[in-house]
Amino acid sequence: MSTILEVKNLTRRFGGLVAVNSVNFTVNEGEILSIIGPNGAGKSTLFKLISSFLKTSGGEVIFKGEKISNLSPHVVARKGIVRTFQETTIFRSMTTRENIIVAHHLRAKASLSGYFWGSAKARRDEALFADSADEIITFLGMEPIADELASNLPQGNLRALGIAIGLATKPEILLLDEPFAGMNHDETMHMVDLVRNVQKERGVTIMLVEHDMPAVMKISDRIVVINFGEKIAEGTPAEIRNNEKVIEAYLGSEDDAIGI
Amino acid sequence: MNTKKWLLTLVFLLIVLVGVPWAINASGRWDFYYTLTSVALLSIASAGVWLTFYIGRINIGQGAYTLIGGYASAILVTQLGVNFWLTLPLAGLACAIISVFIGLPILRLRGVYFAMVTLVLTEVARLTALALPITNGAKGIVSIPLPAELSLFGLTIIPDFATLENPKLAFYIAAVIMMVLCYAALYRIVNSRLGHLCRSLQQNEELSASIGVNTAYLRVIAYSISSFMGGVAGASFVSISQSIYPSTFQVVDSVNFMLNCFLGGLGYVLGPMLGTLMLYFGWDLLFTMGKYQLLIYSSLIILLIVLLPNGILSLPLFNKRGGGPK
Ligand SMILES: Nc1ncnc2c1ncn2[C@@H]1O[C@H](COP(=O)(O)OP(=O)(O)OP(=O)(O)O)[C@@H](O)[C@H]1O
Ligand SMILES: [Mg+2]
Repeated sequence: MSTILEVKNLTRRFGGLVAVNSVNFTVNEGEILSIIGPNGAGKSTLFKLISSFLKTSGGEVIFKGEKISNLSPHVVARKGIVRTFQETTIFRSMTTRENIIVAHHLRAKASLSGYFWGSAKARRDEALFADSADEIITFLGMEPIADELASNLPQGNLRALGIAIGLATKPEILLLDEPFAGMNHDETMHMVDLVRNVQKERGVTIMLVEHDMPAVMKISDRIVVINFGEKIAEGTPAEIRNNEKVIEAYLGSEDDAIGI
Repeated sequence: MNTKKWLLTLVFLLIVLVGVPWAINASGRWDFYYTLTSVALLSIASAGVWLTFYIGRINIGQGAYTLIGGYASAILVTQLGVNFWLTLPLAGLACAIISVFIGLPILRLRGVYFAMVTLVLTEVARLTALALPITNGAKGIVSIPLPAELSLFGLTIIPDFATLENPKLAFYIAAVIMMVLCYAALYRIVNSRLGHLCRSLQQNEELSASIGVNTAYLRVIAYSISSFMGGVAGASFVSISQSIYPSTFQVVDSVNFMLNCFLGGLGYVLGPMLGTLMLYFGWDLLFTMGKYQLLIYSSLIILLIVLLPNGILSLPLFNKRGGGPK
């Protein structure tokens, strides 16, 4: 297994608060790696650092041997690292299909003026995006809501749409921030299968942040645990389940149960 | 565009290019040419503002670019003897280039912050025009000649306006053609992938960046297109009035350009055109109200915005056939 992403001494301070403190870990190509930790541990901040939505205060992120921290977010996205958001983020006044089509931007070959004049390249892009969007819609079983405005969709569908948007970019690494939040058990299990499929059938490396422990244990190849911005453990679900430090960190906070 | 839209466009062109001149001729109301020409030109500037709305920015600074465009054309015509028709794209280009430098820093701002900064731009432009020697300060630039002949390989494309029997009609036709081209371009932008990308900016800039859109670049492009339209409109306006002063375009004009978009409808390409027409005529019709003109006018605008937050084009009357003709 080869390393696709390396996080080295990554640090981010907000004033006096150290949200991410000298964190080190690597991500293997094709795996599902979960980041867990109590509320405010620094998980979302970590994702924002990896996707360059935040500048680092120290350390670096290396993708396929190349340093990518502190580049512009769209440049990092272009390299193949795409993040979905903890807050449901979609384009609200577009339909499901339009959301997915516009998200194909990374694969655009034509220039902006090409789209204006309707150049051959632009027309090829548009046909390709439409086909690919249809394929993603089928893959995620979203046909019934394909032409529904996103603002009318229930929470579960929005999460799936978030993933669909991520898939449209054909990422190498997909960062999912709390993809199961606000879902009931059945919806969660459906999403777990879906994310597994994305990894298996499309070969996408997946990193996810999640509080739903049963889902995390089920889906992850490996887990990294952070608490107060520091990595306290790393290992397979079985190893994490029995790790003293992890149990302590979770018992110390009230609103989280590790569910084991 | 489907057949129905082409047909509606054709009907629109027939009305404005044949019907209106005929009606003016029959009624003898020659002053209407000036009014309608103004509406056409102002609606070009408003179209630009509409495009900045389309990427999610409230632009109250279009007056700055109409002023810059006006001065650019006036200076080129009077001091360098450049043909007016050539100064039109040059004025637009000058505005587009200036707007890139202004836009790069300020387009990072959102909401009221962006709006406030653009509001200041018009005033900065006015004060600059007042101070610079080349713009001739408060005295302005006057006696600008009418548009000269434009010919290509000895073939006259546009005749010299000074030799025309009815330059008012010529200005009107020219303005309408420019307006149609401008709205055709806007329609194309909105209905191509470009428009799709602009909407993604308007709805969620962060997500847009995370799917790989160079948001800063796209914002600047949209803003410079908007300013180009402002520049062209300003230059044309100046050539009709044959003069320009620092006060030719003021903050109130910038506000009006924005109101035109609001009133017509931010969701419709034809919104700013209709808005400009309504506001311009509304103001003129209320002239008989004397000192209450502004009071009634403002109250009506507030009422319209409250009652029709999505603009006049959101009325069911316009939506039965699914959107405007363009
Ligand atoms: N932009 C910011 N400015 C200041 N402090 C911030 C900022 N973003 C995050 N923080 C702080 O950094 C810490 C880590 O936040 P982060 O959002 O990464 O936590 P998290 O692990 O994702 O939590 P949750 O599970 O609740 O989503 C928190 O204490 C938070 O208040
Ligand atoms: Mg978080």
